[in-house]
Amino acid sequence: MGKLYERLNQDIRFIEGLNGCMNCGVCTAICPAAEFYHYDPRVICDTVQSKDESLIEALLRSETIWYCGECMSCKTRCPRNNTPGFIIMALRKLSQELGYFTDSEKGRQQFAIKRAIGENILSTGYCVHPDIVSPELHPEQGPVWEWISKNTPDIMEKMGSNYKQNGVGGLRTIDPDVLEELDRIFEITGGKSMFDVIEKHSKQKAQELGIELSREGIGNEYFISVYTENNGTHNG
Amino acid sequence: MVSEGKKRVWADYQKEIADDHYFYVRSCIRQTFFPGSETTFLKIMRNNLGKDVFEDARHTTCTGIGYHTDIVPPDTTMTVIARHFALMTEAGYTNMIPSCVTSFGLYSEVLDTWKHFPEMEARIRDFLWKATKREFKIPENLVHTSDIIYKFRNQIRQMAKISLINKKTGEPLKVVEHIGCHYAKMFPESGIGGAEFPSVLSGMIESWGGTVIDYPERRHCCGFGFRQYIVMANRGYSVSNSKKKFESMRPYQPDFIVANCPGCSMFLDRWQYTIAELEGITYDNRGMGIPVLTYEEMAGLVMGYSPWELGLQMHQVSVEPLLDKLGINYNKEEKYLGSRGQNIGEPQKPQFLIV
Repeated sequence: MGKLYERLNQDIRFIEGLNGCMNCGVCTAICPAAEFYHYDPRVICDTVQSKDESLIEALLRSETIWYCGECMSCKTRCPRNNTPGFIIMALRKLSQELGYFTDSEKGRQQFAIKRAIGENILSTGYCVHPDIVSPELHPEQGPVWEWISKNTPDIMEKMGSNYKQNGVGGLRTIDPDVLEELDRIFEITGGKSMFDVIEKHSKQKAQELGIELSREGIGNEYFISVYTENNGTHNG
Repeated sequence: MVSEGKKRVWADYQKEIADDHYFYVRSCIRQTFFPGSETTFLKIMRNNLGKDVFEDARHTTCTGIGYHTDIVPPDTTMTVIARHFALMTEAGYTNMIPSCVTSFGLYSEVLDTWKHFPEMEARIRDFLWKATKREFKIPENLVHTSDIIYKFRNQIRQMAKISLINKKTGEPLKVVEHIGCHYAKMFPESGIGGAEFPSVLSGMIESWGGTVIDYPERRHCCGFGFRQYIVMANRGYSVSNSKKKFESMRPYQPDFIVANCPGCSMFLDRWQYTIAELEGITYDNRGMGIPVLTYEEMAGLVMGYSPWELGLQMHQVSVEPLLDKLGINYNKEEKYLGSRGQNIGEPQKPQFLIV
């Protein structure tokens, strides 16, 4: 058994996700990503079950593995109880661990997600918070969201939230002791290592491409680049 | 005959929903975009139904969006969820009710994983102890908050001030229901009606007098796709999937959409605005779009809560056409007032979408 396949096979999602694909293509028929991207979950299953190391490496470095939306519609439909979405999750984890994710435009976006969502989890205790959904980065949210953003504390109070206050309720400030617990969980379970590895390989890539990535948070050129660039070859 | 067959299948997919004493965990997305829905859920449960719902300020995100954007590894997510189980155990509760479909799907995935791999549960218990010195019991009952509203739908009907009926015509309102992929597609046995005939929302709609639209793309994803929305460059995927649904439902002329999942509620609302501004298309006959409600907002309207107390002003697609059909009295001038009735300005008008 090859090294890459062996590493995939250590991921619980891979073990649960691949029982043996018979190439029927039902997953592809139901897949929202297959409709709008050059994406075929049947081929993903077939490639990994081939155990061909060079094909698996190519997959780990490809745009392809980043097209799935993890809706898991495939799990319901597969007559052999495979879950291509779970296989994708294992592939993405390994692609990041090996630094291969920076070879693709879609893979490089992991840096933006780490800086936006990942850091928010550890600093606020939430994945999403109104303060990080800026109208500039989210024009699709429309004028109502602009109005909410200008009046967040007042509107949240009207809605019965506990915006940035102590105690229970929506949008409450998470106690520093709790954030410390969260931090320790991330440290002990490998969450921090994953963040570090995304940072390390992204910094190398930014240097290679000559794009500025010296500033923390989202205020750097590399963030804007990976967050907005779309070379137009992913669908059509 | 078809209807009889569905009823038989549904009978196989009924699940146990605890009657009282719930440990409530909130949703990051809902507290951001539709905070009034969580407030309304607690009001209905505590004030209208007299149930005990406990909240612990120390619960955090389940990391669900981080997990499904693949920046948070499974060990980390499972340990964060184990910590929530520990808070529930410490508070003396056994019934866990997440207010988010992503969380509910993840909690279900964690419990399923531990059932198949007990050594994984032992490993996570060890992680949790090392990180927090906490221990936990597995919840005896894990259901989504919409399951609870479904369970009490007939009691809610008895308290209802209105039905989901067009007051002018007397006809039942035609409703599109959107369940959200992670409610039952991953673990069909965890959803009422399974993945084939989820009845969690249709059960509410029918109990409260409306009729459910069965359209071709009824079970298609809203297009959130986690990284496919969060990263600006990928949002074409997200809006395209919603558009596929809108085009499929349009011929049935829905009066409104009701959604189960935090993300879906937001996307089905906001993408109508985006499509209108980009392409000049709306999916109703008046250029206003199809109003989108959460299930608590739907329950709240039926029970006589004020639309602006529910937070319907936070939607981009105007809800007034629906309120008019329902015969609900509202003061449009109060729509955008602040918490003390003061003027805090109003949203600008979109270029194309009529509000």
